[in-house]
Amino acid sequence: MASTAAVPFWRAAGMTYITYSNICANLVRNCLKEPFKAEALNREKVHFSLSKWAGGKPEKPTLRSDTPGV
Amino acid sequence: MLRQASRLLSRSVAAGSSKSATARGFSTEVPSTIDSTFVESWKKVAPNMDPPQTPSSFMKPRPSTASSIPTKLTVNFVLPYASELSGKEVDMVIIPATTGQMGVLPGHVPTIAELKPGIMSVHEGTDVNKYFVSSGFAFLHANSVADIIAVEAVPLENIDPSQVQKGLAEFTQKLAAASTDLEKAEAQIGVEVHSAMNAALTG
Repeated sequence: MASTAAVPFWRAAGMTYITYSNICANLVRNCLKEPFKAEALNREKVHFSLSKWAGGKPEKPTLRSDTPGV
Repeated sequence: MLRQASRLLSRSVAAGSSKSATARGFSTEVPSTIDSTFVESWKKVAPNMDPPQTPSSFMKPRPSTASSIPTKLTVNFVLPYASELSGKEVDMVIIPATTGQMGVLPGHVPTIAELKPGIMSVHEGTDVNKYFVSSGFAFLHANSVADIIAVEAVPLENIDPSQVQKGLAEFTQKLAAASTDLEKAEAQIGVEVHSAMNAALTG
């Protein structure tokens, strides 16, 4: 079995498949007509709160709302 | 080819070893007989307890391949947020595999295909439904069931041609100006996806 199979260019550049797939999906979403574009971007929004821990206690959390493609 | 390998493997294992209880096939093959020597030794040691179950006893047997090729292909086309087609019986699907446009008919050889950005068309009689798929995988099973998964799939009418042109120009420029490997890869992906969308809209 050949373990020297040709790698895709994105893997050679250090990108994983999931990253590649998500980039492709974001590009497609950005090229949609309204209202589909607004629906798609709305669907893909994520909101999360992040808190760093120091000395066994959580510090003040930061709230992030990421829109895709950011 | 794989079925032969199982037989050859079990033959060589059985000939080579004297102590191993049963010659095992691949883990995907559900064994029809339980390991009898183990069960007997268990019953000697712990007669009131049931012998432990193995993972294979919980496995459902693989769906049998029909002896004659079915007339229709069953398609399950799913996205992370919706199930576009679920168990739909169609005549043919053409999927944009990385190795080129692949036509899938009932009785297709079992395949796992990685998809590239391109058009997927579902043919049912005279109806053809086209979707632009961003990327994903297609699993074609021996029983003429096709599972196609994509991250984003849109009907062609929902794509805005002017945005595609703009994106193509933008990423072509980025590709020329890119310095690091990662930037080059991202720009290259942009160029590929936009060219595929362009081709889909004009072709």
